[in-house]
Amino acid sequence: MDQRKCECGHTNPVGTLLCESCGKPLNVEIHEQTSFPDMRYEGMARRSQTNKTKVIDRIWNFFSSVKIAIGIIIVILVASAVGTIFPQQMYIPVPVPTEADVARFYTETYGTLGTIFYGLGFHNMYSSWWFVTLLVMLGTSLVICSLDRVVPLYKALKKPRLNQHKSFLKGQKLFAEGELAPEDNQEAILDASALALKEKGYRIFRTERAIMAEKGRFSRWGPYINHIGLILFLVGTLMRSLPGFYLDEYVWVREGQTMAIPNTPYYIKNENYTTEYWSEEEMPEQLELKGGAIVKSYKTEAILYENKSADVPGKKPDLVEVQKGPIVVNHPMEQDSLYIYQSGVQEMQLGALNFTVVDLKNNKKEIGLIKIDLYNPQPEQTIADGFTVRILDYFPDFIMGKDGKPATKTNLPKNPMVALELIGENGNYNEKLVYLEGTILTQKNDPRYGLEIKMPDLIDIAGLNVRVDKALPLIYFGSFIFLAGVAIGMFWQHRRVWVQTQEGSIMVAAHTNKNWFGLRREVDGLVKQAELPVTIEDKTKAKA
Amino acid sequence: MQLIQLSDWLLDVAFLLYVISSIVFAVAVTGKNWAGRDPKQHEERYGRIAYWLAVIGFVAQTGYVMARWIAGGHSPTSNMFEFMAFLDYCIILAYLIIYRIYKLTSIGAFVLPLGVIMLAYSYVFPKEITPLIPSLQSYWLHIHVTTAALGEGILAVGFAAGLMYLIRTVPQHISTKSTKWLEIVLAVVLMLVGFILMDSSFARMDQKTVFEMKKEEMNAAGQMVKPKVEYILPAIVAPADSTIIKEGPISPLFEAPTWMEGKDAARKLNTMLWSVLTGGILYGGLRLIFRKRLGAAIKPSVESVDPELLDEISYRAISIGYPVFTLGALIFAMIWAEEAWGRFWGWDPKEVWALIVWLFYSAYLHLRLSRGWIGAKSAWMSVIGFVIILITLVVVNLVIAGLHSYAGV
Amino acid sequence: MNKSNRTYVRIAVLGVLLVALVFALYSSFVKDPGAVKVGSDAPNFSLEQLNGPELTLESLKGKGVILNFWGTWCEPCKKEMPALQQQYTKFKDKGLVVVGVNIGESPVAVEPFVKQFGIDFPILLDRQSQITKLYRIGPIPTTFFIDPDGEVQEIFIGQLDEAMIESKITKILP
Repeated sequence: MDQRKCECGHTNPVGTLLCESCGKPLNVEIHEQTSFPDMRYEGMARRSQTNKTKVIDRIWNFFSSVKIAIGIIIVILVASAVGTIFPQQMYIPVPVPTEADVARFYTETYGTLGTIFYGLGFHNMYSSWWFVTLLVMLGTSLVICSLDRVVPLYKALKKPRLNQHKSFLKGQKLFAEGELAPEDNQEAILDASALALKEKGYRIFRTERAIMAEKGRFSRWGPYINHIGLILFLVGTLMRSLPGFYLDEYVWVREGQTMAIPNTPYYIKNENYTTEYWSEEEMPEQLELKGGAIVKSYKTEAILYENKSADVPGKKPDLVEVQKGPIVVNHPMEQDSLYIYQSGVQEMQLGALNFTVVDLKNNKKEIGLIKIDLYNPQPEQTIADGFTVRILDYFPDFIMGKDGKPATKTNLPKNPMVALELIGENGNYNEKLVYLEGTILTQKNDPRYGLEIKMPDLIDIAGLNVRVDKALPLIYFGSFIFLAGVAIGMFWQHRRVWVQTQEGSIMVAAHTNKNWFGLRREVDGLVKQAELPVTIEDKTKAKA
Repeated sequence: MQLIQLSDWLLDVAFLLYVISSIVFAVAVTGKNWAGRDPKQHEERYGRIAYWLAVIGFVAQTGYVMARWIAGGHSPTSNMFEFMAFLDYCIILAYLIIYRIYKLTSIGAFVLPLGVIMLAYSYVFPKEITPLIPSLQSYWLHIHVTTAALGEGILAVGFAAGLMYLIRTVPQHISTKSTKWLEIVLAVVLMLVGFILMDSSFARMDQKTVFEMKKEEMNAAGQMVKPKVEYILPAIVAPADSTIIKEGPISPLFEAPTWMEGKDAARKLNTMLWSVLTGGILYGGLRLIFRKRLGAAIKPSVESVDPELLDEISYRAISIGYPVFTLGALIFAMIWAEEAWGRFWGWDPKEVWALIVWLFYSAYLHLRLSRGWIGAKSAWMSVIGFVIILITLVVVNLVIAGLHSYAGV
Repeated sequence: MNKSNRTYVRIAVLGVLLVALVFALYSSFVKDPGAVKVGSDAPNFSLEQLNGPELTLESLKGKGVILNFWGTWCEPCKKEMPALQQQYTKFKDKGLVVVGVNIGESPVAVEPFVKQFGIDFPILLDRQSQITKLYRIGPIPTTFFIDPDGEVQEIFIGQLDEAMIESKITKILP
């Protein structure tokens, strides 16, 4: 059986709760007022209730259930909370280069619980397959719940019923009935009621014996609007995985260095980096800082270049300056959809070693200066007339190898060792020296020339984070729509008041989805102003 | 500086007024049946006095906010003291708005004490105005934190009304699951009170316990030092891997588990233990005085209130607070995070907990609007929701270290 | 709307959502779609040589290429250098090129090393580690075996010996 016939003669689709024509509850024996069918879609058939046989319909029905939606929300909630018990892998405060290090970190730091946390994959929970699936399920539920309800709601709101069945009115939370005196003019009473309601901002629908007054109908769309906003938001987050929509790079740039930003045609130069501290005069209050200081700003003076021949990575670039300016926290450099953030710093790193060559046999007379750029040492430099210095060997991060030969631990100049050859007198004299850990080792016992160690150049290395996120506008737009929808749904209420006369009696009923007290006040006002011969009974649904 | 003193003074004034207002509210709702009084008139009269005291207190706190804002050059929302005081300000503001709508006296008898507790809690934290570190130097500090606090303040009123509903409706003549849980909620509130009492009274005495960690850490100036941990409360639990360098009134009974993050974790655990202890003693004492469940003791003072009205107020507050919270704690937060860190969402613990609060209240709204959860179920949820907010504000900062952990908290 | 229409609408909606699920899962699994895999084309690049002009990978098409990422600080790199040199000498007339990409070091540091091992295959200097990032190099040495069409036939992480190299070379010789 596909259809349900009401006693008024109208045929309704399966799943209809209240007759589309007269509003009488179908298929429900009304013994008690509290079991009156739900008013949310004015008793219209919701789509998921109509067909329950095919697989497609089963899936559809599953996701169209609010119970399931709430279930998904709760599961996500609990999972999210569990994920914060220990830090996620990305927030581990020490370097963990390999998976084994990650596992060791959780076990050593948090004991057995940490091992379990890692074992269950909670250290990367928010990008795990099951968490992502949960989020998509929430999105699915959002889409299907909305589609499933918006159609009947549209139908219901488009054709509001006027002459309601008496049992419909009786079923409302606010209902009153009174006897009409024979001399009462029904017309006049309804007119007065209509006027009173109109003054309160209601829209009036009128037939001969009935009024339906309504306001705030648009607030019923609020939930659908906010769900659309959420769907847009989720689509936005998905879009970030499309090629070209999202980029996340990190570059360390030394002062003076021009660095390629991977996967973009841009190069960035760090001209100067500074960390500023708040001075005492700037502080509103004397603070006990115990030797510390409070940072005022992290700032990289940068130049952004575009590489005009960016077709092959690594190829000698053809750079054109596109922007110049400071990058500070909270104020990224912006170039089209590319943002460059001040994100980290390594301060006071060794940049270059400085020495003075002195003539030991001549009262330490200064011959010239040697500068050894530790990142780009010159193989040979002339420091004075007829005097050159050649680098024989360079180990940026010195370590004595197992074979007894000097070697380097990394490619960073953390502990540089340099072997130099001093060539004087136009090549007629030479001697070899080694610089290591602040001392000079000489080859000859009685060398002619010596090195005096000067203050090395210390440089700062700025950590810059480079991002592109083209889905951001959609994500913000979705958030905005969500908020607008919530506001529409929450700050306004859909109120309806029915006044009907029938067989010598008058009935008043009212319905709203929230703020019953406001509605009650308005109906009280109506009864008073139109002098309706009724007293409002207020059935309490709130008692659990 | 003058302005700072003024702002401190104004906050003290506000605090005092809230305390007096709470007392007058209590008189208003409990003294109705004193001999020779017309209950309605009594409640109205004292309720009005209490309301105006709250209004004056609110004005004083507004003065505090403005003075501190001007003195510090930034909105007073940059550390835990400022934030908790501002949250309290928002709770009172939300109360005043809800009162204007519903004119229900007894709601003040619940919200004002909550306000007092929150403000007292803020006094526990260091009060200095510190200049802003770079990541906080943004106008989003004003927008994001204030809006989030406002949302939480409104939700707190929803909690107060929900709690009132439960006290009003849970039958007290027999012991049920509901009465037990209600007692637990009240006991938790008393723990917070206990903590504040302990902390503020011990802070006045010269009895600090100081520990020194064995492991060196880098300080702000880049030197390696052994960090020191100062306990205001007597030490029950010592930090793991530390030595006492200044003895307190008692010697610690055990060491904190090592998985607790950071050197301050043990101090926080110690504080938590004290709170549970004093809260338990307070609760036990009150039970002895009243010789019945606390819920049963408070019940008569809300007996005259229509439970449906309480249900409505709680729901109304949540339905207003929810979008404000969403805007402040999620949307503005995302925009700022994008600007400061280059990602709008990073699953940082604080972000996750804001999401959890949001998901919880989303579930609340769906259950209420769609599954007909009104009355008691809805009231329980409003209570749980506020507990989650408190977890977000307090526990996440205490136990879980993340980008949001303010200095000194 | 009649019932069969409704079914189609539902199938369409669920289909779209299924695609979204697959896409979401795919992108959370494949964190790095740009990673170089066996079977994919070796990304082209161009770098300066230690002692010579810029070298572009594409110009080596038609030859089998062993692309070896190394650094002077890396012990296994040192150990496998002679093996690479041997194999290069043995197969260079049969269309094999060995290309060593040094990671982020200066010529002053690389030069003595190259001399010490008597290397005569091209050594490229990736001063900014740009190509190292492009090829997603983690631990070194990492060696790519690229066939004459520019397709990666094998990726090997760790130290190679002569026998291993020889067995892999067969796959990429023209």
